[in-house]
Amino acid sequence: MPLLMGNSLNAWSEALVGFNPMGLPLGLVILAAIPLVFIALYSLTYGVYGERKISAFMQDRLGPMEVGKWGILQTIADILKLLQKEDIVPTSADKFLFVIGPGVLFVGSFLAYAVLPFSSAFIGASLNVGLFFAIGIVAIEVVGILAAGWGSNNKWSLYGAVRSVAQIVSYEIPAAIALLCGAMMAGTLDMQKITMLQSGSYGFAHFFLFQSPIAWLPFLIYFIASLAEVNRAPFDIPEAESELVAGYFTEYTGMKFAVIFLAEYGSMFMVSAIISIVFLGGWNSPLPDIGSFALNAWTNGPLWGVFWIIMKGFFFIFVQMWLRWTLPRLRVDQLMYLCWKVLTPFAFVSFVLTAIWVIYVP
Amino acid sequence: MQELDRAGMGSVRVTRKGNNVVVLEKDLATEQMILAMGPQHPSTHGVLKLECLTDGEVITEAVPYLGYLHRCFEKCCENVDYPAIVPYTDRLDYLAGMNSEFAYAIAVEKLLDVEIPRRVEFIRVIVAEMNRIASHLVAIGTYGIDLGAFTPFLFCFRDREIILSLLEWASGARMLYNYIWVGGLAYDIPSDFNRRVKEFVNYFRPKTVELYKLLTENKIFVKRTRGIGIMPADVAINYGWSGPMLRGSGVKWDLRRNDPYSIYPELDFAVPVPDGKVSDVGDCLSRHLVRALEMEESLKIIEQCIDKMPSAEGFNPRSAVPKRVRPKAGEVYGRAENPRGELGFYIQSDGKSTKPLRCKARSSCFVNLSAMKDLSKGQLIPDLVAIIGSIDIVLGEVDR
Repeated sequence: MPLLMGNSLNAWSEALVGFNPMGLPLGLVILAAIPLVFIALYSLTYGVYGERKISAFMQDRLGPMEVGKWGILQTIADILKLLQKEDIVPTSADKFLFVIGPGVLFVGSFLAYAVLPFSSAFIGASLNVGLFFAIGIVAIEVVGILAAGWGSNNKWSLYGAVRSVAQIVSYEIPAAIALLCGAMMAGTLDMQKITMLQSGSYGFAHFFLFQSPIAWLPFLIYFIASLAEVNRAPFDIPEAESELVAGYFTEYTGMKFAVIFLAEYGSMFMVSAIISIVFLGGWNSPLPDIGSFALNAWTNGPLWGVFWIIMKGFFFIFVQMWLRWTLPRLRVDQLMYLCWKVLTPFAFVSFVLTAIWVIYVP
Repeated sequence: MQELDRAGMGSVRVTRKGNNVVVLEKDLATEQMILAMGPQHPSTHGVLKLECLTDGEVITEAVPYLGYLHRCFEKCCENVDYPAIVPYTDRLDYLAGMNSEFAYAIAVEKLLDVEIPRRVEFIRVIVAEMNRIASHLVAIGTYGIDLGAFTPFLFCFRDREIILSLLEWASGARMLYNYIWVGGLAYDIPSDFNRRVKEFVNYFRPKTVELYKLLTENKIFVKRTRGIGIMPADVAINYGWSGPMLRGSGVKWDLRRNDPYSIYPELDFAVPVPDGKVSDVGDCLSRHLVRALEMEESLKIIEQCIDKMPSAEGFNPRSAVPKRVRPKAGEVYGRAENPRGELGFYIQSDGKSTKPLRCKARSSCFVNLSAMKDLSKGQLIPDLVAIIGSIDIVLGEVDR
């Protein structure tokens, strides 16, 4: 039955892709633009809900149970509550920076969604430098954080902002080098092409993670570095609530706070999607064909692609939450030590090894 | 070559050539910043205020400011009868109310010179040790939060909840018990109490192992605490430290052993002291380890007490409670080993009144906190948080 449904889904989505009235690819637009917005918003709402439920599960609690069945509407209630809150701008704050900070942060984390291929048919902008764009655009977040922290005119915020900038800028280096390993194996920076190169009837065996014996190293490095880039535990130093109260967003209330919060969850899904695209085949089905039992063919297609990449993204979000609720926080200097003395050298090593592998091993 | 550091102008390295001063190197001028940590801060464990002088992330000086929770305990005591002070002692160290009551009862009984029924002593020790475990669970859990690990905190509170409900069963209150009275107890324990406590002991033993694996052995946790805030034994003694703080510095000093009271001499338990293998003696990790190991010892004590306890036949928990407490003129200092160290009550009686002339509480947290200035010098802000957490202060007892 699920197989049958899969086939009909594929047929339906392919028909929609072929829907080109007056020479305009309207079907493609419908399929690409609308889901992008929804994927982003759903990853937020259910990211927040998932975080609360997963942490509750790990800590012998129930988590939200009141709003809707099992509390599934809790995030919506939270957003409604935050909308009603008074929007306070501290009198001594730099108003301009204070107001644009969350906006820049939000834009920075959401611009990267434009180049993420959610399926063979869903991609906002199929840039030929997509991966480069995704790495680069994340750096805009730093500006937002610095603006928020400096504009708040609060010492704790300033500490948080300065820590955050140092952390994100440092961790971009191992992260970018690790992603370059994937780009080298693909020979392109186009995210859609990177994904396509990982498709095949053997399913997961075509993924870059399993295509070379060294790929696990950049995979691991990128995962660790991405945790630091999105300020998640054990690298949540910029907002370290037991040290810096709330870090760079100490002074924010109401919707501005919500925007910062949503940007954080948006970034979480974004880095999870990037790691699944570069190393785990993006929208490709991980299921292999077994003889005539064509599992891979049945579970591949434009709509299936959305399903797979979201599942892969959610898996990495789950791992991020798992780590957050298990590990203590590193100290600032230990964080920098890890970046410059451990991750960066290993990233270079994996870069060289991958290059050798790509050149000498067919 | 000379190094000058003019205020606010950065450090300047100069050398002399003949009569001329030649500037070799000039650093960027940095300013120090005053950072008020608390009284509203998530990791000062209440309303402690630390005024820190910071140079970037480095603390050059941290001065604790106290008094936000001052409730005139000592003045209140001069205006109420001896037995009426017991509820006030609960509110000193509200995480270990039983232990505070115990210390106060010891002091007044010393002054009165009354004979306490044996079963009362056993019950007192059981509830005090259970409260010690509850208090250490809070200390360990909140220490995890200070270092960013949230889950151990909730695990600790889950187990503490069982202790609190057991104590509630015995005394009628969860935190402010008013259970240990001068000369006796408010009530006998419920008939099934010992069985339920034993069940808890059996339940809790594996949980301490779980906690050990989750927090104490965690590599990041060890990195954050080992070698941080080292306090040498001699300095600790000079500061008057006591309890797990002093034992963390390697001094084997436990009032239950060194100045035995109640039935502790009959019981078999160890005084854990760090040996320097897993931690550097005197650092934050040692203090944490001492607390973790002490919970095990408390479990042992509870088990022994249940086995040795005299039967409840013909037992009246208030049989030795005096109708009117009017001690002879004199003074007394009674002390007991609290979860946070030595809690002592110095009581003066004029021999005529039913109210003490003077009642001074010697608070362990207050004394332990006094070393803050020494410990915090040159530390990073995250380390300062780790140090405060390892001191395990309860502001109710610091300010009184």
